[in-house]
Amino acid sequence: MRLILQVWRQAGRDTPGGFVRYEVADASPDLSFLELLDLLNESLIAKHEEPVAFDHDCREGICGSCGMVINGRPHGPQRHTTACQLHLRHFHDGQEIWIEPWRARAFPVLKDLVVDRSAFDRVIQAGGFITARTGGAPDANAIPVPKGDADLAMDAAQCIGCGACVAACPNASATLFVAAKVSHLGLLPQGQPERYARVVRMVEAMDGEGFGACTNHGECMAACPKGISVDFIARLNRDYLKATLAPPPEGAGWTGA
Amino acid sequence: MELKSAVPAGPIGEQWDRHRFEMKLVNPANKRKHTIIVVGSGLAGASAAASLAELGYQVHCFCFQDSPRRAHSIAAQGGINAAKNYQNDGDSVYRLFYDTVKGGDFRSREANVYRLAQISTQIIDQCAAQGVPFAREYGGLLANRSFGGAQVSRTFYARGQTGQQLLLGAYQALARQIGLGGVVMHPRTEMLDLVVSNGQARGIVVRDLVSGALSSHLGDAVVLATGGYSNVYYLSTNAQGCNVTATWRAHKRGALFANPCFTQIHPTCIPVHGEHQSKLTLMSESLRNDGRVWVPKAKGDRRPPGQIPDAERDYYLERMYPSFGNLVPRDVASRRAKDMCDAGLGVGGGHAVYLDFRDAIGRLGASGVAERYGNLFEMYERITGEDPYQVPMRIYPAPHYTMGGLWVDYNLMSTIPGLHVIGEANFSDHGANRLGASALMQGLADGYFILPYTIGNYLAQAKLPPIGPADPEVRRVEAEAAEKVRKLLAVQGSRSVDSFHRELGRLMWDACGMSRNRAGLEGAIDRVRALRERFWKDVFVAGAGEDLNQSLEKAGRVADFLEFAELMCEDALHREESCGGHFREEYQTADGEAKRDDARFSYVAAWEFTGVGAAPKLHKEPLEFTYVHLAQRSYK
Repeated sequence: MRLILQVWRQAGRDTPGGFVRYEVADASPDLSFLELLDLLNESLIAKHEEPVAFDHDCREGICGSCGMVINGRPHGPQRHTTACQLHLRHFHDGQEIWIEPWRARAFPVLKDLVVDRSAFDRVIQAGGFITARTGGAPDANAIPVPKGDADLAMDAAQCIGCGACVAACPNASATLFVAAKVSHLGLLPQGQPERYARVVRMVEAMDGEGFGACTNHGECMAACPKGISVDFIARLNRDYLKATLAPPPEGAGWTGA
Repeated sequence: MELKSAVPAGPIGEQWDRHRFEMKLVNPANKRKHTIIVVGSGLAGASAAASLAELGYQVHCFCFQDSPRRAHSIAAQGGINAAKNYQNDGDSVYRLFYDTVKGGDFRSREANVYRLAQISTQIIDQCAAQGVPFAREYGGLLANRSFGGAQVSRTFYARGQTGQQLLLGAYQALARQIGLGGVVMHPRTEMLDLVVSNGQARGIVVRDLVSGALSSHLGDAVVLATGGYSNVYYLSTNAQGCNVTATWRAHKRGALFANPCFTQIHPTCIPVHGEHQSKLTLMSESLRNDGRVWVPKAKGDRRPPGQIPDAERDYYLERMYPSFGNLVPRDVASRRAKDMCDAGLGVGGGHAVYLDFRDAIGRLGASGVAERYGNLFEMYERITGEDPYQVPMRIYPAPHYTMGGLWVDYNLMSTIPGLHVIGEANFSDHGANRLGASALMQGLADGYFILPYTIGNYLAQAKLPPIGPADPEVRRVEAEAAEKVRKLLAVQGSRSVDSFHRELGRLMWDACGMSRNRAGLEGAIDRVRALRERFWKDVFVAGAGEDLNQSLEKAGRVADFLEFAELMCEDALHREESCGGHFREEYQTADGEAKRDDARFSYVAAWEFTGVGAAPKLHKEPLEFTYVHLAQRSYK
């Protein structure tokens, strides 16, 4: 199939970018979207031009490296699918496809379609963990976890950290990302001791990185390749309110402040 | 060079305990004076970096991805083994040890494997404490499944994303240490070379993948946790970035490379569809618990699978291996699929066999099958556009894991003092074939529970002269790395890096893939050399060195694969026997099974680098089997 690609090209962080039009003449419908970009890059290299830079690694939808806005939608038109798992059979011959990087203040463009998502790592570093030093853990069956809680925690834990939620949000908010981690850990008994300190620290870190606030658009859930639910945002808000508005008599130490 | 395995004396069940007591300790106040460099942030690297920082060492951790959370361990699907015996089905440390030595076709070191089985139980405890959401039963206790042909249920799992969840656990422990200042993380940074000074590994030279700047990082010990080299085949189930560069450069600086020809070809992958395909996707082996593998009995039978009656189907694994059936180990299942396709019985384009769920759907209903494999069925449909509830899956083997790696002793230290190698990057525990759900176990055992002790033993005794960035050896290694980058950019030929990689991959798959023979391997060595020469004359790398340049990154990795491939073929050529994933056509039984030669080849082949294109020098570590008696594997 023949496809017309309008690809965002930007030489570096501080250089202005713009769309460049390319044509790929004979792409097989069995190619993945990233293989289409490979094909385009092969043709650019053949002309001694610089290929399009884009992040990618596992190409099976789990590492969270790839991410680009395809025709206005993060990861493209297919639900619950990362760009690497999107196949050309979902496009039609002659279609024009616009490809651009995640757009968010907290995710500066480094080059072409590559953005800097290290803000996500810093939010996790602020509190997105359970303190469990290596060694000294009790037997894994010593603390039973109700199956429903474990399953719900797993639903939240599936987040691949790709950043599509931020790209989809009109406010460039990272609330779904933070909510997924807060919920995953907060649903488990092992996560209780740090539960309220965690939510406060992570929300503060998120704000500090320049992500916007959540105003319940729900675009994040629609764009999430793992289908993570906005119900987890409600859970985050409950924990955050509890931690900040009604701290128990133990005082500020309760939130780790 | 004499290879000292450093296995402690005494009965196998007491060796690790005794060794932990006998090892020297670094006093807590001195730990913070030591800097440790960890390369790689997968299960092994992240767990090691976090655990070392918790102990008080200063850790610098490096990964080429934009975040340590994206290391390829994330993609592991099936599960992690542990000898917990929670199911009361007769499992034990000894049984896991036995199964792993036997499954590895008697080419691993007994003492290491026993220690791995011992530690397996602690790993599950550690991960549960970190909040890894393992699958649970209704009573709230952990669920297990049987995996990869094991006759006990010892595999712990988190849906089909066990690797992801275990890695996020380790990543979060690492993130905590980064936040506390115990680890300095260097993402988007690739190791280009190893600094060996005074005979000791003291640092690495890296390239910042955003700015392109080269720099060196020095310390008291270096840990490589850089994964395997399946991408030597170009098409594999590995992530695009997986490469041999770190281990290969360490090899060129003096570390011996062990058993490079031991590669694992996974039987259940989605087949190749075309020229521009960039990777092969693995479908979890758990599918073989309910799916039945078959091909048509008649050559060239082009009927749709549903129209081929049972009498005209050959369920060849069930026919050939009545007691294990579709659950035979990976190497056996892969080889038989290849045999069927080579005999002209393949389906699809000829390079696939059916994995059929018709009977399972009949037995469990579509919803029962969906409950077990729903996410895998969706993935299959997403990639192929076919609905496996309606038509059988088509599968074909693909390179997946490499058992070979840098040689390490019992302390996980290579032949370069101070250079430790953990996870898939070392050779140690899987012999010639790895069992399912054992890779995650090994990566975490090395990182959480072995290296943090053994590296202390090294640091407590090593005499480490001061070293700084102005040291002439550091400057020399840096200059060599810079020269290599300059050379790659200077060729300005006509072919893309990928085109060379594809050609190398096809060549290696044909000659040094699922089955090998003398003529093929000898020819491959010549062809690899010729291809390497062409690469350095005709590759085109666009862009500049001082920039984010993905072509340049790939070029460096492919240049190393082009050197490494030769060693892999040399190793396969010299090992005149068939064992595990290494199948030499000349050495097979009358019914086509692998024929080991224990009299001649019961050793680890550890190769010394003597120059690019020069014959590598073989060193042998003899293997002794005191507890698990040598026997031919039989799954009939």
